[in-house]
Amino acid sequence: MDVEFKIKRFDGEKSYWQTFNIPVKKGMTVLEGLYYIKENLDGSLAFRASCRMAICGSCAVKINGKPRLACETQILEIGNKLEIEPLDNFRVIKDLVTDFEGFFAKHEAVKPYLIRKDDNYEEPVELIQSPKELYTYYDFTLCVKCGICYSVCPAAATRDDYLGPAAITAAYRFNADSRDEGEKTRLALVCGDNGVWRCHFAAECSEVCPKQIDPAKAVQKMRFKAAIETIKSIFR
Amino acid sequence: MIDMRVQHDIVIVGAGLAGMRAAIAAAEKSKKLSIALVSKTYPIRCHSVCAEGGTAAVMREGDSFDLHAWDTVKGADFLADQDAVEFFVKEMPKEILRLDNWGCPWSRTEDGLIAQRAFGGHSFNRTIFAADRTGFHEVHTLYERMLMYPNVIRYDEYFLTSLIIEDGRIKGLTAIELKTGDLILFEAKAVILATGGAGRLYGFTTYSHTVTGDGLAVAYRAGVPLKDMEFFQFHPTGLVPSGILMTEACRGEGGYLRNKDGERFMEKYAPEKMELAPRDVVARAMWKEIIEGRGIESEHGPYIALDLTHLGEEKINERLPLIRDAAIKFVGIDPVEEPIPVRPVAHYTMGGIHTNVNCETPIKGLYAAGEAGCVSIHGANRLGSNSTAECLVFGRVAGEKAAEYALSVDYSHIPNEAYKAEESRIFDEILGKSGDENPYQIKKELNETMDKNLWIFRIEDELKEAVKKIKELKEKFNNVEIVDKTKGFNTDLIYTFEVGYMLDLAEVVAIGALKRQESRGAHYRLDYPKRDDENWLKHTLAYYTPEGPRFEYIPVTITKWEPVERKY
Repeated sequence: MDVEFKIKRFDGEKSYWQTFNIPVKKGMTVLEGLYYIKENLDGSLAFRASCRMAICGSCAVKINGKPRLACETQILEIGNKLEIEPLDNFRVIKDLVTDFEGFFAKHEAVKPYLIRKDDNYEEPVELIQSPKELYTYYDFTLCVKCGICYSVCPAAATRDDYLGPAAITAAYRFNADSRDEGEKTRLALVCGDNGVWRCHFAAECSEVCPKQIDPAKAVQKMRFKAAIETIKSIFR
Repeated sequence: MIDMRVQHDIVIVGAGLAGMRAAIAAAEKSKKLSIALVSKTYPIRCHSVCAEGGTAAVMREGDSFDLHAWDTVKGADFLADQDAVEFFVKEMPKEILRLDNWGCPWSRTEDGLIAQRAFGGHSFNRTIFAADRTGFHEVHTLYERMLMYPNVIRYDEYFLTSLIIEDGRIKGLTAIELKTGDLILFEAKAVILATGGAGRLYGFTTYSHTVTGDGLAVAYRAGVPLKDMEFFQFHPTGLVPSGILMTEACRGEGGYLRNKDGERFMEKYAPEKMELAPRDVVARAMWKEIIEGRGIESEHGPYIALDLTHLGEEKINERLPLIRDAAIKFVGIDPVEEPIPVRPVAHYTMGGIHTNVNCETPIKGLYAAGEAGCVSIHGANRLGSNSTAECLVFGRVAGEKAAEYALSVDYSHIPNEAYKAEESRIFDEILGKSGDENPYQIKKELNETMDKNLWIFRIEDELKEAVKKIKELKEKFNNVEIVDKTKGFNTDLIYTFEVGYMLDLAEVVAIGALKRQESRGAHYRLDYPKRDDENWLKHTLAYYTPEGPRFEYIPVTITKWEPVERKY
């Protein structure tokens, strides 16, 4: 059957809608639809894609109002009319391609790496971590940094500098890792004016996360920890 | 022009496992070095994230370096350089521990030790893993660790167009900044190519869309030889019809392969190892079953059943969560309930840029590592879980060697003319050109040719046909027109570049395969079905000439293990 792809395009100056009709078979994904357009109808269509198996996080776009990974979205599960737009809360560079520099900078800002006093590059030793300890944080390691959570976050919509759900989740992931010793450093980083207190608890991030990570829970846990730290510091 | 020129001691191209490991190694070597990491995607969008099953290393009693090395050499059908293999296996355990110390969420035993699983062709359970998302977790761990080094400067979304070499020495390279469309000149003392394999030559493939052999093609055009490119790995289990990888860990955890009669046919081909024979053996067996009519028919052609139903939901959820999720999302099949439809699929480029064990190419200051390089430890057939391992060990080696070299030499000035010539080639000759061919059609025909003529079973007539077809496509490519004439984020231009790269590489693969009149590892000739050590125990080197590749051959390094018959 034919399916209508209505795509919001942007050429660097003006944005406009363009409609393509493409033949669709059962099993075809939105990303395959975009490639069909690029290969057969209009080579100038710009979008990002790489792995096409929902692990690289490149291809997040808004499909009929909801942000998704194009590669794992079945066209026929959406319908026979698709409206595809770039993610909200990101500056558009061209067509469906948005600027991720700020997003990655916010991730970097929370020191998302293991911090250990005995860090020894030359002679590392095996660290013991029980499966139970692993599972306390494992789900939060699954973030592919696709930007979908950030694109629906009302706090990010109103404040450009808000760290956002993905970055705070990354901070939580390391704080919850039994091998890590950097909890206080990261708490300080996410409790500033642009951090966890900005969250509106809309929890829309958790609704849309393609990896079902529940970033809102990570933000909440960080707030709780931050509150405890503040109280402790009063009595110190 | 002035602001289009940047200078770094080391420029690494490619930000997958090997590239990022190299960056960390160089940064550890000296804080004084300025290290640029140039990649056409953001680092965590690289193809290494698609590695699923695990990474091999000798960690526990009962295993040994010699055993890992022997498995690798035998798996390679004796084309691997044994000095490199011996070095590689000894270096691996430390890399696993480093990743542990850097936060990799390795799967664990009940005692909290790093867990290991069975993998094809390995005679010990030595594959370390993080569920079935090993590459993903390794990439994120390296990326995050890399953020700790202020002297690693990232150039995300920059596309490599040329290397600048003079008098046998690297001077720098050029790359297009995608966002602006500007051409940037990188002046460097040392360059490391870590751009991955050449997977998208094939249509039915596990590779990400972005794996187009850029580094290989650019090096080849600049006079660097490519080694053993006729050896392409077909992974036994690609999801039908998309080709998405269904990890070998499915079989490592106990999964079966069945034909349409429900038979575990591997008992006919590899009675001892069964489904866990090396990939070339399993892929050939599956293809034979399909050709002989014992595949299961479907609208997407015949397939083989990858049966996990006897493993139970709990084990599948713990060990193979990505596989379950992907099978449900992409083909609507829950592996807990039903077998997964699979077919052998183009998966790995054993060949690559010719280097020695120090990752040095014949060009001074130019290094290659990971799938882009060919050391060679994989020879004619790579064992599963040795590729991510290679990226870690040889990424590190390349980073260290490049650092030592960069600390010992000065920059060599690149004149403005070189930049202007490249700018004119790209924007006037390629982007500005009119013609009546389109790159997408050429790519489609290339993929069809590779899938048909350079697949698992090869034969002279079909190889000759492929060589002819590729030459025709190269002719057509000269007449390509790019529709998008704009500058910023011009993916049409990038795609066209990639197709040009792939055509050059396809020619090397096809002619190399035609010339190699024997069957070894993944290269199987129906007309020469035996391995021929007397004439062909040697590496292929392909050099660029305008008329097509020129071939030379060099000996294989043998230290401990003389070639013997390969049985599983």
